[in-house]
Order: sequence, then C-alpha cells, then structure tokens
Amino acid sequence: MNKKIKDFLFQNKVVILFVILCVGATIASKQPLTFVIPELFTRIARNSFIVLSLIIPVIAGMGLNFGIVIGAMAAQIALFLTTYWGLTGISGFIATVALATPFSVLFGYLVGRLFNRAKGSEMICGLVLGYLAEGFYQFIFLFVFGGIIAMNNPTLMIATGVGVKNTIDLKDTVKYALDTVPMLTILEIGFYVFLIATACSLGIKFFKKQAVDWKKTGLTVGIAVVIYGLSFIKPIEQFLSADRLLLLSAVEVLCFATVVWQVLQFVLFKVVKKNSEDAGPNTYDPRRSLAYIGAAAVVYGLTYIPALYNVLIMVKLPVMTYLCIAALCGFNNILLRTRLGQNMRTVGQSRVVANAAGINVDRTRIIAMIFSTVLASWGQLIFLQNVGTMSTYGAHTQVGQFAIAALLVGGASVQKATNKQALLGIVLFHTLFIVSPLAGKELFGDPVIGEYFRVFVSYGVIAMALAMHAWKKVAKPKEEDSVSIDESDSQILRV
Amino acid sequence: MSTSENYVLKMDNIVKEYSGNRVLKGVNLYIRPGEIHALMGENGAGKSTLMNILFGMPVIHNTGGFEGTVQVNGQEANIDTPLKAMELGIGMVHQEFMLIPGFTVTENIKVGRETTTSNLVSRIFGKSMETLDKKSMRKDAKTALKTIGLQIEDYVKVAGLPVGYMQFIEIARELDKTGIKILVFDEPTAVLTESEADRLLDAMRVIAAQGIAIVFITHRLDEVMAVADSMTVLRDGEFVARKEIKDTSAVEIAELMIGRKVEKLVDESTEPDTRQISEDNIAVSLRNYKVDMPGEQVRGIDLDIRRGEIFGIGGLAGQGKLGIPNGIQGLYKAEGEVKINGEPLDLEKLGDALNHKVAFVSEDRRGVGLLLEESIEENIIFSAMYTNGKFLKKIGWMHLYDGAAGKAHAEDMVKTLDIRCTGIRQAAGRLSGGNQQKVCLARALTLEPDVLFVSEPTRGIDIGAKKLVLEYLAKLNREQGVTVIIVSSELTELRSISDRIAIVSDGKLACILKPDASDADFGLAMSGAWKGGQES
Amino acid sequence: MKSMINKFGLPRIIIAGFFLLLVMGAAYFDMNMPQLMGDVLRRWGMFGILALAMVPAVQCGIGLNFGISMGIVGGLLGGIIVIQLNIAQNPALVAIHPLFAGWAAILTAILIGVVLAVGIGYLYGLLLNKVKGSEMTVTTYVGFSVIAFMNMVWMLLPFDNGELIWPNAGKGMRNTISLASSFSEVMSKTGEFSIGDFSVPTGMLLFFFFMCFLMWLFMRSRTGLAMSAAGANPMFAKAAGINVDKMRLVGTVLSTVLAAVGILVYAQGYGFMQLYNGPMMMGFTSVAAVLIGGATPKRALIVHVLVGTFLFQGIMTLGLPVVNQILPEGNLSEVMRMIISNGIIIYALTQTKGGDGRE
Repeated sequence: MNKKIKDFLFQNKVVILFVILCVGATIASKQPLTFVIPELFTRIARNSFIVLSLIIPVIAGMGLNFGIVIGAMAAQIALFLTTYWGLTGISGFIATVALATPFSVLFGYLVGRLFNRAKGSEMICGLVLGYLAEGFYQFIFLFVFGGIIAMNNPTLMIATGVGVKNTIDLKDTVKYALDTVPMLTILEIGFYVFLIATACSLGIKFFKKQAVDWKKTGLTVGIAVVIYGLSFIKPIEQFLSADRLLLLSAVEVLCFATVVWQVLQFVLFKVVKKNSEDAGPNTYDPRRSLAYIGAAAVVYGLTYIPALYNVLIMVKLPVMTYLCIAALCGFNNILLRTRLGQNMRTVGQSRVVANAAGINVDRTRIIAMIFSTVLASWGQLIFLQNVGTMSTYGAHTQVGQFAIAALLVGGASVQKATNKQALLGIVLFHTLFIVSPLAGKELFGDPVIGEYFRVFVSYGVIAMALAMHAWKKVAKPKEEDSVSIDESDSQILRV
Repeated sequence: MSTSENYVLKMDNIVKEYSGNRVLKGVNLYIRPGEIHALMGENGAGKSTLMNILFGMPVIHNTGGFEGTVQVNGQEANIDTPLKAMELGIGMVHQEFMLIPGFTVTENIKVGRETTTSNLVSRIFGKSMETLDKKSMRKDAKTALKTIGLQIEDYVKVAGLPVGYMQFIEIARELDKTGIKILVFDEPTAVLTESEADRLLDAMRVIAAQGIAIVFITHRLDEVMAVADSMTVLRDGEFVARKEIKDTSAVEIAELMIGRKVEKLVDESTEPDTRQISEDNIAVSLRNYKVDMPGEQVRGIDLDIRRGEIFGIGGLAGQGKLGIPNGIQGLYKAEGEVKINGEPLDLEKLGDALNHKVAFVSEDRRGVGLLLEESIEENIIFSAMYTNGKFLKKIGWMHLYDGAAGKAHAEDMVKTLDIRCTGIRQAAGRLSGGNQQKVCLARALTLEPDVLFVSEPTRGIDIGAKKLVLEYLAKLNREQGVTVIIVSSELTELRSISDRIAIVSDGKLACILKPDASDADFGLAMSGAWKGGQES
Repeated sequence: MKSMINKFGLPRIIIAGFFLLLVMGAAYFDMNMPQLMGDVLRRWGMFGILALAMVPAVQCGIGLNFGISMGIVGGLLGGIIVIQLNIAQNPALVAIHPLFAGWAAILTAILIGVVLAVGIGYLYGLLLNKVKGSEMTVTTYVGFSVIAFMNMVWMLLPFDNGELIWPNAGKGMRNTISLASSFSEVMSKTGEFSIGDFSVPTGMLLFFFFMCFLMWLFMRSRTGLAMSAAGANPMFAKAAGINVDKMRLVGTVLSTVLAAVGILVYAQGYGFMQLYNGPMMMGFTSVAAVLIGGATPKRALIVHVLVGTFLFQGIMTLGLPVVNQILPEGNLSEVMRMIISNGIIIYALTQTKGGDGRE
C-alpha cells in the first residue's frame, strides 16, 4: 500500500508540484477566489482548443508539435482577410473558419512532409520552422498585403498603404461571435443536424441494401424530438435563450445529468444481461454507478456553501465555445477508435512494426500533422474572437510555447498525452499565469518578477519534459536487455 | 503424407546476384503442405536471401530481381512486394519481435489488419475512418491464441511478458492472417530458454498438423532431428541436398553443411617454421570470461592462447565469437579473469588492453574501425598517438600533433600494405572495403602490438585483397612474433592459416580443433552438438 | 560543375551569390561602399567568437549548441561585475592610458566570465551526457529556460552602480547597459586605421584571429584530436581507449567558455550589453553562421566559422540599406534575417538522415 502511494506520487510529481505552486501563489497573491476563478474560466475557454490540438501528433509519435504556430498563422491570415472583406458576426466567424481550413491543410501537409524528412528531430525542427514561418508571415503582412495585393483600408493598413497595422480591432466584427451563440440556437441546429445525419445514414443503407435497425433509429429520433420539444416549454425556453450559462447552473445540470446517465446504465445493465464469457477489462460495475451518483450529490451539496456559491454565480460560461472544446475532446477519443487512429498509435509506438504491418507510415504522420494544424488554426480563431483584438505580429508567437507548457504541466509527456491531462494542465498553468504577477508584487514588490517567473515556468517545464524524454530514450535499451534474460528463466515455470 | 508431386511451395533454380556477386547459384526449395522443413546452412549460405525473395522484399527488386521460378500451390507466383506474399498466405515469425509493448495482446495480433465496421463518417471519408470492432478483434485473437495453446488473457499489455510469450503472440498473429499456408520461423529458438524452446517445437507440430507448411531456419541440429520432417542444406549459395530426416543423421547433416573446400588462401611458406610455441608461454588467458555484447553474448569461456601462434576463433553468427575481442577491448561490458602475458587485465578500465600491447581490428569497419570523414593519415596514426604518445611534439606545455612524422609514417604504411588511394589526405570513408581494412590493420600495426586480434579480416573484400591481408597476417606472425588471433565466420580462411581453431557455440567454447580435423567435427561443433571445451 | 556544387554545397553557393548581388546592389545605389565594408569587418569580428563556440561543441559530438546562452550569461555577469567595480574608471589605470584601463576592464570581465562559464559548462555537459541523441532539442529549451531564469535574477541582484540600474527608482538592472564608461569599443579602437571611410577594427579582428588560432592549436593537440574522434565516432574512440563522456564534457565546457568570451567581445564592439531577453536568440544566429560556412551537425571547422560569419554578417550589413532602397516599407531586413538563418538550420536538420541518425 505504501509503495502504491509512493508510485502514485512519483508518477504525478509534475502535477503535484504545480498544484502546490498554484495554491501557494494564489494565497501569496492575496486575491479573492471571486477574482481568480472567473478569470480562469475565461482563459480555459480561450486556450483549451489549441492545447487539445497537440494530442494527435503525440499519439502519432511526433512529439510536441511546435509547428502549431503555423496553424495559428493560417488562422490570422484568414481572419485578416475576412476582416478586410467586412464579414461580421457568427457568419463572419464561420467564413473565417472555412477560409482558414484550406490554408492550414496545406501548411499541415507541408510541415508533415518536412517532418518525415527529419524523423526523430521533429521537435527542434518544428521550433525552428516556427521561426522560419514567422519570417514568411511578416513578409506577407508587411509587404504582400498592400504592396503586391492592393488594399485600401486605412483602419487596417499602415498610413503608407503597404503593410498591416500592429493591432486589428475585432470589436465590430467577430468579437464574441462564437461565445454568444444562444443555447436555443445550438439546440435547434443540433436537432436538425441530427435529423439530416439520420436521414443520410438511412439513405446510404437503403442504397447499399443493408439491414436497417428500425427500432433503434426510431428510438433515437424519438428522444431527439422529445428533447427538442422540451425547449418549447416557456421556462426552459427562457433559460435556453441566454448565450452564457451561469457556472452554478452548469454544475447543477452536470450533477443531474450524471445521475440520469448512471441510472440509465444501471437499468440497461439489468435489462440486457451481458454474457459473462466475454469478460474484458471494462465490464460494468454497479458499485461504480453508485459512487458516481454519490459524488454528484456531494458536489451539488457543496454549491450551498456560501463562499463557493458566491464564486459560482460570478462565472458565466460561453456555451458554444465550451461545447466546441467538449466536441474536440470527443473527437480525440473517437479518432482513437477508428482504423486511422489505431494506425496512428501503431506508428507512434514503432515505425518498424507499422511498416511491417503494411501501414503507410509517412502518410499517417502527414495526416496527423494536418489534423493538428487545422485544429490549431481553429483554436487560434476561438482565442482571437474571445480576446477581441488581434496583435498582427504578436498573437501567434507564443502560442506553441504556452500550449505545450500547459499540456506538460498537466502531466503529459513527449510520448503520452490525454484530454484529461490537457484540461488539467490548462487549469494549473493558467492559474499560475493569473496569480503569479500579483504574487510577485506581494512578495518582491514588483509584478514583473511574477511575469518573468511564469515565462520561466513555461520554458522550464518544456526543457524538463524534453530532457526526461531524452534520458529515458538513452536508459531504455539497457534495461530491456537485462530484464529479458532474467525474466524468461523465472516466468517460464508458469507457462 | 501426400505424393511428392504435391508441393505447396516450389522454388526452382533460383539465382540471385548482388552487383555481380552471385549469392544464390541455382537453389531449389520444395515444401509439402503440413510438413516442417528445416532450412540449414552456415552464415552467408544464402538462407536470408532466399527468404527475402520469398517475401518479395524491396532489397531484392531494387537490386535487379532474381532468376528462377516460384510456385505457390502449383501456380506460378510473381511476388514483388511483401504485401503480395502476405496475400498468398506466406507469413514470417521474426527473430526480433515485431511487437508493440504498449499494445494489448489483441492489438498486437491484429495490428494493421483491424476488423472494423463502417459508420456515417467512413462512408464519406473512406475506410480509414471506420470504427474498430473490438469485440470481433478479441474473438479472432482468442481463436489464434487457442490454436497454439497459449493461456493468456487477450487484453493484457505485451510489455513485461516473458520472451517466450512474445514469440507465441508473434506466431498467433501470423496464424490469424486468413489463408496462411506457409509460415517461416527465422531462428526462433535463439532467444528462448530450453523449456521455452521445447514448448515452441510442440506448437510448431500443432500448427503443421493443421496443414500449414513450416520453414524452420535454424542451426541447432538436435532441434532439426527432433521436429523436422525434411530439410534442405545450402552452402555458399549452392544447393547441396534435400533429404528426408528419417533417411539421414546428424553427422551427415553436419558434413553437408561444412563441405570440403579446396580454396587455397595462403601460399605455403617455403621457409621452415622456426616459431617456439609452448603450453608454458601463454599470451592470452581467459577464465570464466563473459561479455555482454548484444547479439554476441559470451557466457563463460576458459581459453589459453599460446604466445606466437595464429589462433582461430570460429562459430556461427550470434553465437558469441565476436564478443571475445570486443570485450577485451572494452567496447562492451565484460567480466571474468583475463591475463595478457601473465599480467591481469582490468576490464573496467578503458584502454587497458592497449596498455598491455593488445591491438584490435574490429569486424565493424565503418562503425568502429574508422573515422570515415578523416584522412587516411589520421586514421593510421590515431591510436598510437593517443595511447603511446607517438607523433606528438612538445611546444611549451602543449603536446601538438607532429604533422611531418605522422605523414612520413602514413606514407610508409600506405606503401607497405599497398593501400590504393589518391594520397594520405583522402578521407577513409571513400576507400574500397579492402583498402579500408588495410587502413585498420595499419593503425593496429602502428601500435606495435604483442597480441593482435583481427575480427572478420576478410568480410566484404575481394579475393585479391583477401589473400594479401591473410598473407600479411601470417608474415607478421612469422617475422615479428606477434600472436595473431583471427575471429572469423569463414571456416575456410581459419583452416588455411591457423594453428588451432576454437569453435564457439551458444556463448561457450564448444571445442578446439586442428585445422585438418574432419568436416563432420566442425559441423557438429558449430551446430551445438558438442558442449564443453574438449580438445581434439 | 556538379562536383563544384557538391564541394561547396548548394546553400553556400546561393548565399554567396546573394551576398555578391547585395554588393552589386549597393554599388548600383551609389552607397558608401568603403563604410559598408568597414561595417562588415566590424560585425565579422563581433560575431566571430560566438560562432567559434560551435566548433568544439560540434566536434565533441553534442551537435549544434543552441544553448550557448549558458556561456553568454556567464560573460554578461563578468561584464556587470567589472562595471560595478568601476575598473575602467580606476584613476591609476586611466593615468597610464584610457585604452589600457578599458583593456584591463574587459580582460577582467573575460576572466570572470571564463571562470563562471567553466562551472556552468561542466554542469551543462553532465546534463548533455544524459540525453545523448537529443542534445539539440534539449539544449534549445535549456538555453531558453536559463535566459528566463536569469530575467528574474537580473531583477534581484543587489548591484547599485548607476550604469547598471534603472535611473529612477525602478527595480533591478537595466535592459541595455551602456559601456561608454567602461570598455566600449576598446578592442575595435586598438590599432584601428582608416582608408577614407573604410575603417578596420584591427584590435578586435586580431583578438578574433587569436582565438581561432588557439582553437586550431587545441584541435591539433592530443586532447583535441581525441575529442574530435569521440564526436565523429564514439565507438572508434572507445576502441582507442578514449573516455567519450569526458571528451564531450571538455567540448561542452570549451564551447560555453567561448560563448562567454564571445558575448563580451560582441558587447564591446556594439557598445552596449543587453540583459533579459537580449541574448535569447544568439544561439540561433551562431548556429546559422557556421552552417552557412559549410558546417554540418557532425562536423564544424574553423574555416566554416570564418567564411560563415563573414557571409552571414555581410548579408545582414548590406541587406538593410539595399533592401530599404528597393522596398522602403517595413522592416524587411529583419524578415530576411529570419528566413536565412532559420532556413539554413532547417536545411541542415533535414540533411542528417533520421535526425539523430540512430534508427
């Protein structure tokens, strides 16, 4: 037992260190939670998407993708163009996404090609590539826009007409475009998308003369209609017509949903008895359901504590943005359950085995890079629409740096990264980001110290992760050799 | 057993050349369904080339293809990619495991051939977006595991399983491939313990009983006698014989493998042999000597090499003969007692062998033997400069390289050994294999050694250079009294120059033979039939 | 023709061609060529030693040392201590000759810097021996981290000389420290002579060449040769009885020491010392310079340093005025610097097969 605890502490040493650091810095900063937590949730909404875009390359064995900077650049080129064309609101945002996507697909493909030529040093290559791309980016914004492509817009361009101004104000264009989509609209769109998808699926099955599970289809459509119908009830409609969700309501809804979900699972378990022969590692356990329901109840109870309550009613969540983040988490998970995802894992674990198994290693790696770059560009757009201004020559420079640091703070490594680690990392890293200047001021009389500290943390955590990874790589072969001989002698007895 | 006409695999009159060098000279391989067929031969006999042809490896087709015909199931087959081989039902159990430690047993068995179900997204974006059908994958995996009788849960990770299990998972993966007809086992027992190997042989019988033909590449005679139905022997790229096991004996197989070679590599010296060799004057003495060299483990050797003799160390690849000089030189971790001319050698101390006047010419010329980008001159003088402080001049407190002395010596060596180059400033990496070997030799000689280890002295060099190198070694031994120890896979060359030959098998000394001992003796010693170091 | 390209390498031909183009451009725009050429020489001497720091690093096998910021930090500390102690203003020294006082100051700074760099380099070398095969990735980020860490240190160090700290009550040291009252241009001004507008910073160039000479001597010594062998082929070195790890340590320490010396020479030529994020990208500039000169991640010679620094700094010096003539808008010479320096690094990384080459 003691060893178990030790192992747990050792494996999560980075996370534990940062939890301590965050708590310490928050206390030192003397800021109330009512300040820190709303700020934190804003930053989670802004930054999560781009951090999550780092996961796929890690799975495909390409390490931490410093090349996401290039995705961010694609986003900013697209955003500049749509701003120049005067597109606004959510439609403007969608147009920007649509424009950024082909750019980032192209860039991702090129980066992937390059990384295939520098296998094993993708990370340093990605970093330098970011600086190189910065050169081309500045060339485009300083010279091509206005110099080669004539652009006449005094608010965006420098007075000479050649080159783009330092900052672009998005207040009247796409600021909060995604954040302010009302829940009602989301629900409606979701409902229609679902109907169309179901129809398509049925159509294809008919066309290919495959069997259709009418009962299941009917049931899901029925549930969808009921949920959609619920939104016509006045109080619910009123609740849904807001574009931000109170954190308190979010917690309540979450607790409720957990209880419903677990009860449903329990019922399904009782009704559809699974044959016990197929015992795998993930069999359903009613006790776990009970634990979940208990936890939900406790969390709900906690909301009645005044201190927490005060915080909870301070925070308003942009629903659509959080849904996008959730969708990306879902996408990362579902991808792993497809053939492509499995191929990526195989390539990530061993290129030799993947090759022998007939997987096109280079192609898989390029696809991983395209995914990551596209997602990063979308993430940058989400970030910019929330911030509301675009610093033309600065908004993208630290993107890779901070996103990677956040991922690592959450306990990820060069070879392993999960959604959970990404989200935990964002919470910890940005807590530190918020409070460290204030803590610096309280402790050293100067907020700049705190700012330097957080920069140091972001570099330091990356340096440490890279060094640990390299260290393991050197130490590993020796261990394997010695183990194989000893073990085969002792364990063969059990065969 | 079916009639002799009914073969699942017929490879007829296979000829393969690598840039003018014929490595296969008309080889036949006939295998019946459901039989275990042993493919035997020394290193370099052409076994791996033959298998590369069978699997359509790119290395064959990038070098001009091959001649001859391959028939699978009576049908002419044109196997030009590994994928094609897979489709024809030819599978391979690799010597190095092609397994991913972080994956479960199921995932490893189904790697690259996952069963999937289509979904809405996959209908638009193609097959790669199909969802994995974990349930059916697990079912397949369980079936395959059951076939070979491995009791293991299909959802555990491979990492941490014993080596024996890994081999079985590898086999299960091949069995899971639909329509597998021929399964190649490439030295499968090399990494296994004895009881694991026995289990593997049992599994092979089970698989063969299901009608799958097995090609069993091995050099262990006892295993062949125990499990195989028939066998083919190759030697130097030539087809020697195909025999039914029941019609032959271990001694006959050993003879077939070695063969009598009449090649004369060293001219008989006309001068009388005036060397004083005696059991009391030992140059190198090994006691319980072990070396941890990956792929060439030495597992405890006792050996005495007499001062002034030419001593050969032979054996098949991977048996540990190469570990002996590499361990003494400090390239890999070694333990045990080593004495050079009676003085103990500190194996922990880097460069101690050099201090005892032991020089080493490595078998890995490009990896260990040379600084490829540096000049011939630097390559020749380097070790002597570093170890003995030669070619250095003192200016103030600094020891600087004495260019003039180095140049003179290098030019001298180039002349003596007839190194063909554009000049001593030429980069060593640009020389041909034979000339590179001479540069390595020159460096060792510059050290003026008492004992010279030469590892694979003639690997990859042409016959002319071969002769010159061997003759030079003999001259060195006769004229300067250097104890020469030649480690080589080529028995012919050892037999033509050595006074005595030690055969190493399984990391241990099998025996010490006279060069004129019989072929069967050499064959049996190399195939692990003799254990313990008896002297004939 | 083809062998020519192979011998010099395509990138070098392109960059040399570009340099010649810029020279012609400058002549075409009727610029002050002698002055520009003088500038090229000055910057050659300024950056040369920083680029020279790559030679022992590459030769000992740790590859391109993006982490010379470690040594730079040591050099900066040396410089700061000298200013704090006011050595250049010491009346006894100034009485002999103002330049002598300056030399005393910079040599003291170099001495302190070297001592610090030996310590830092040793620790750095120990780290690098643990991460064989991925040195470049690790050194880059360790270098960045050290700079970030030093940002905090610069804020907190208790120096109080007026030249060093912010004038009005700000905390910590200045971003840019003027060397006018200490050792600004002492090397450049020593023995300087001018032909018209073409001025030659004799002292600085001599010092640079002297360092190159010392390096050349070292490379021909027993240790130097052993170090190169350890870097070129560790197994070969081991077979010759060389302790590879120790040789890597020697190379790393030397590289770090040269970086410390290099930054001080750079600072005296520039007239200012930049703290905080100033030296962050110095590693990249130096790496790019040797690569332009023909080095690879496995092999770097002194001639690569001489040629590479000259070409790179030549392009930088000429590029600014020429490009501004053609395209007056924006800071395009900065764009050019980014593309050239990072482009050549990417090129070098993709040329070494399989990155760390151990597949």
